[in-house]
Amino acid sequence: MKLEYDVAAGDFTRAGFASSSIKKALKQLGVSPAVVKRVVIAVYEAEVNIVAHANGGRITADIEPDGINVVLADTGPGIPDVEKAMQKGFSTASKEVREMGFGAGMGLPNIKENADSLRIETEVGKGTTLYIYIKF
Amino acid sequence: MEHDTFHKALEIQDDFCIGCSHCIKVCPTEALRVSGGKALLYAEWCIDCGRCFRVCPSRAIRVVDDDLDDILSYKYRVLLVPAVFYAQFEKKVPPGVINDILGDMGFSEICTVEQSADTLVEEINAYVRKAPAKPVISSFCPAVIRLIQVRFPSLIDHIMLLLPPIEVTAQYYVKKWQNSGGDPSELGVFYLTPCIAKIAAVKSPVGGYESPINGVINMDYVYNRVLHAFKNKKYPEQGKGTEAVNDAISSRGLRWPLTGGEASQIEGRALAIDGMTNVMDFLEKLEDEEIEEPIDYLELRGCDESCAGGILVQGNRFLVADNLRAEAAAAKDTHPLTGQYKQFCSASIKMDAVEPRSMVKYDKDINVAIKKMEAARMLRKILPDIDCGACGAPSCEALAADIVRDDASLNNCIFMQARFEKEGSLLVGEAIDLMEKVWGKDRFVNKEKDN
Ligand code: SF4
Ligand code: SF4
Repeated sequence: MKLEYDVAAGDFTRAGFASSSIKKALKQLGVSPAVVKRVVIAVYEAEVNIVAHANGGRITADIEPDGINVVLADTGPGIPDVEKAMQKGFSTASKEVREMGFGAGMGLPNIKENADSLRIETEVGKGTTLYIYIKF
Repeated sequence: MEHDTFHKALEIQDDFCIGCSHCIKVCPTEALRVSGGKALLYAEWCIDCGRCFRVCPSRAIRVVDDDLDDILSYKYRVLLVPAVFYAQFEKKVPPGVINDILGDMGFSEICTVEQSADTLVEEINAYVRKAPAKPVISSFCPAVIRLIQVRFPSLIDHIMLLLPPIEVTAQYYVKKWQNSGGDPSELGVFYLTPCIAKIAAVKSPVGGYESPINGVINMDYVYNRVLHAFKNKKYPEQGKGTEAVNDAISSRGLRWPLTGGEASQIEGRALAIDGMTNVMDFLEKLEDEEIEEPIDYLELRGCDESCAGGILVQGNRFLVADNLRAEAAAAKDTHPLTGQYKQFCSASIKMDAVEPRSMVKYDKDINVAIKKMEAARMLRKILPDIDCGACGAPSCEALAADIVRDDASLNNCIFMQARFEKEGSLLVGEAIDLMEKVWGKDRFVNKEKDN
């Protein structure tokens, strides 16, 4: 089952709408609370990134009986050094992190920690797409 | 043990239910429908909050409390009275007289519930300091605990595993009786309840606990009995009452049942939130991980103004709360029984983990559930999304789920009926039959013509 959401840049009032709706669906399907929690943490973090640092984007969640795939695609600054952004210390919006893409890489370690798999496609000046998979 | 929380606290009486649908609109878990002209309860979704009871215009929802006559099967009868009970009465009805009237009704000893708050507050602070899952959510309001079990299972490990004041106080009186060599079978402990959630909590507690309380008495009923006796001067002369009174209580205890009564005494960042809608909004936020600055403790109460707004409490909730606050302001911050409470109860104040009671909205099997949810989402697209309730379900979303669970049909929607009629696939007569199934036959009789 596919759920799709548009994410507007700078709209912090609605940041979290997609992750909250996905959460609601997973709860109604009876997915275990611990898994739902991981999905919420990962998707919320990524969703807020789009709102805060990109020029908007789109979230697509695909729910299957054995797990969920979430694709978060944004048009934005992109992440120049993914490896660096994946290091724990870079999860905060330090000056360095901001310089390497307005903090677009923020929270990546946290997302990775909660996901069963995380793939990142990014191009500087164009945008970033995260592919998150979490098993049920 | 399998606990049956739901039927015990409230019951819909078909004879009185007029199928008006007021209740289905206010239920926080969408546990009610109208079918055959009567309200119908999905019992396993009910959290005993009593909102339906509050709005029912024809008193069709009955509180399943215990009969006052039942107390007589015990030789010594202790009544545990919450502080809000006294705060409902005007000042001209003195607490001493109220106790005498309660004594006259058959109670041997009258005790205040919130006596245990002083001991509890220390235990809570120690608990919060060590708790791995923050914020710790208070175990005080049983409607909130049940809400979390049913709607927010992922927050279940935030629930504080310490007993609420009423159970601690009940244990205190049981132990006191035992210590004085009393025969356990002769003691009856009763609780005067301000809400139905607490009936459910006593009858089928969570956290692997059996309550020592033998019966739960409806506060609304007793309030009326007391006021009636007072107005008719049917009470013992001053000082002639036969009941023992154990009304020790501190300002902390008096504030406990009010909004902020707990939170204000907890170290760290503690928030107090009352009202079911506010509580749900906040839990939703918490579950969405949207709260960044850490919170140590959440006092969450199902009723506006907390227990001063309990559904069995008479009088305006703001006045009741104000009376209690005034009393608290005049009271000492500790009371003489605190030491004994500590000694008697601190070992038995803990409860086991609370089990989730997640709603099965579509199906237990996730393969089936996904298919059904997809079907329901398709239906949502054609349903009008105005949540009119004419189908007997509280919202279009709820109807869609009912349809895919085979509990309702698309034809129940009056908009769909109009459409089917227009397309010629449904005759007017068939549409009326369908509506009669939801709302009952009587509704579609033209009463004016008959007269
Ligand atoms: S008590 Fe509350 S949860 Fe139960 S049916 Fe009534 S409104 Fe719904
Ligand atoms: S706030 Fe108090 S009166 Fe209201 S449901 Fe909770 S415990 Fe009962």
